[in-house]
Amino acid sequence: MKTDNQKAWFLVLPVLVLVSFSAVIPLMTVVNYSVQDTFGNNVFFWAGLEWFDQMLRSERMWNALGRQLAFSSIILAIEVPLGVFVALNMPKKGVWASVCLVLMSLPLLIPWNVVGTIWQIFGRVDIGLLGYALDAIGIDYNYTQGFYAAWATVIVMDVWHWTSLVALLAYAGLQSIPDAYYQAAKIDQASRWAVFRYIELPKMLGVLMIAILLRFMDSFMIYTEPFVVTGGGPGNATTFLSIDLVKMALGQFDLGPAAAFSLMYFLVIMVISFVFYTVMTSLDKRDAK
Amino acid sequence: MAKITLKNLAHSYLPNPSAEDDFALKEMTHDWRDGEAYALLGSSGCGKSTLLNIISGLLRPSHGRVLFDGRDVTDQATAERNIAQVFQFPVVYDTMTVRENLAFPLKNRGIAAAEIAERVQRVGRMIGMEATLNHKARGLTADAKQKISLGRGMVREDVNALLFDEPLTVIDPHMKWELRTQLKKLHQDFGHTMIYVTHDQTEALTFADRVVVMYDGRVVQIGTPQELFERPAHTFVGYFIGSPGMNLFDASIDGTKAQIAGTQFDLGTTYATNGGDTKIGVRPEYIRLAPKGLPARVTRVEDVGRHKIIRLELGGQEVSAIAGEGDTVPDGGTHVQFIEGGVNVYEDGWRVPSAKEKDAA
Repeated sequence: MKTDNQKAWFLVLPVLVLVSFSAVIPLMTVVNYSVQDTFGNNVFFWAGLEWFDQMLRSERMWNALGRQLAFSSIILAIEVPLGVFVALNMPKKGVWASVCLVLMSLPLLIPWNVVGTIWQIFGRVDIGLLGYALDAIGIDYNYTQGFYAAWATVIVMDVWHWTSLVALLAYAGLQSIPDAYYQAAKIDQASRWAVFRYIELPKMLGVLMIAILLRFMDSFMIYTEPFVVTGGGPGNATTFLSIDLVKMALGQFDLGPAAAFSLMYFLVIMVISFVFYTVMTSLDKRDAK
Repeated sequence: MAKITLKNLAHSYLPNPSAEDDFALKEMTHDWRDGEAYALLGSSGCGKSTLLNIISGLLRPSHGRVLFDGRDVTDQATAERNIAQVFQFPVVYDTMTVRENLAFPLKNRGIAAAEIAERVQRVGRMIGMEATLNHKARGLTADAKQKISLGRGMVREDVNALLFDEPLTVIDPHMKWELRTQLKKLHQDFGHTMIYVTHDQTEALTFADRVVVMYDGRVVQIGTPQELFERPAHTFVGYFIGSPGMNLFDASIDGTKAQIAGTQFDLGTTYATNGGDTKIGVRPEYIRLAPKGLPARVTRVEDVGRHKIIRLELGGQEVSAIAGEGDTVPDGGTHVQFIEGGVNVYEDGWRVPSAKEKDAA
């Protein structure tokens, strides 16, 4: 006997409530702000798409977006090849494999603001080991004043913090390759490059896509670390999207433009993640075929 | 093509092997003749794959030397030995097409494009994949992938030896037969030295000129299928080869007389035993029911179509005998006799040649 009723909805209810309060309602508040203007006293006026229009014409936002894209591209271009290289050179088994894994995981376990503080001190010319050493050998390095010094510091910091993640994921991909593949390659007299190109890379591709997606999203939303080290400076040199957004929303209290800004920010991340997701699933389908 | 010599070869996976049990491969010295097809037969874990990997150079033996045509190759890498090997599970380069896969070992050796194309075409035909040469290897079924692996092994003509490590495990039975025939034909056409590892006796006996039977890290017998059938050198060979395997009886031997389960009978010749644990081995084909002889009881008859397998109980032990399809089998108590020439005597597992055989040799 089959009874027809709607009781099953109750089972979904907790999730709906949770998602509403954690995501939908806050997001809708932002949407609400983005179409209104206020002069204080909690009085709001309808503003339509004015803020969106203003933000799209704002040179400030385009500059921040440019810096953000440059930052994400640079760290991806360094961390992905470097992570793969590290994974290829890690011991495959034995005590040293475990030692490597633990050492590599350490940076991933450090809270972001602590990472920022570590590098902020590390890079100081007066008391920091890195800053002092660079200064001593005659390199003009000061991340609070120099544009390149500031960029180099935030990039090296991110590479230090996150390359392990790419390396660990790539390592997991490599470990899944059966020995027979390497043996067959030896018998076929394949060069080291051919082994990488035809055996290791195809097997790592799936996890590498995940690594790239994770690193892209994380770096695109980066806030804490550069904020602690450079505070977005010198000038606006390292003011990435989040830093700019926080300045606008909390520093200047421009709620409307900031809300429009964050919605567009959200949209960009969604679109790029969607593209990644589509590429990844089509890769999976190709594998499963 | 080369003659392969194993000289005092032994291998242990432990750093400091002391007892004999520490060795995965016990010391052996053997010549593998140039251009012959060998099957390496034994149950899982007997050291077949270890031996194969030592010959191909994927594993360096801890003791002894490997020689190709008298040249010491023990320290040579796999690539320098110029051998082809096919593994148990398919290894294909996913991102390449079938054609590129087959061409890969040739390309790496810098062979001219025209020759590569011609050989790939021929091997493609041999493995029945001519039509799919331009497909990506990724999407193929396991047995198609294994055919590619086989093809990559066969595409090189100048190899010293072709090694197969249970290559047909993943292939379905119908295709198995066909591929085995192809391998055999390849062997006849090119005369490569081939070594084929398997635990399937049918596969070994149909493929090989000579079968190398391994047991517990040791080569117990190298011989033609006929030799393995008629004169198994070790009780393991007797029971591992044949369906059903050889019957083994605890026996005491005194001159030309033997005694099994309290009944004495004449062996017709003497055996030089040294007081070890003696057994008599008789294949089911050499046991017949008779009015007198060793008392036995028929417990079951299995008719397999071309003959009958009779299961008997003799002195508390199960014994198999083979009878013709038309023979009548009495129910219950009867006697069995051994047909002359089918009796082998073993001492501590190893076969003892009779005085007659010694005289002949």
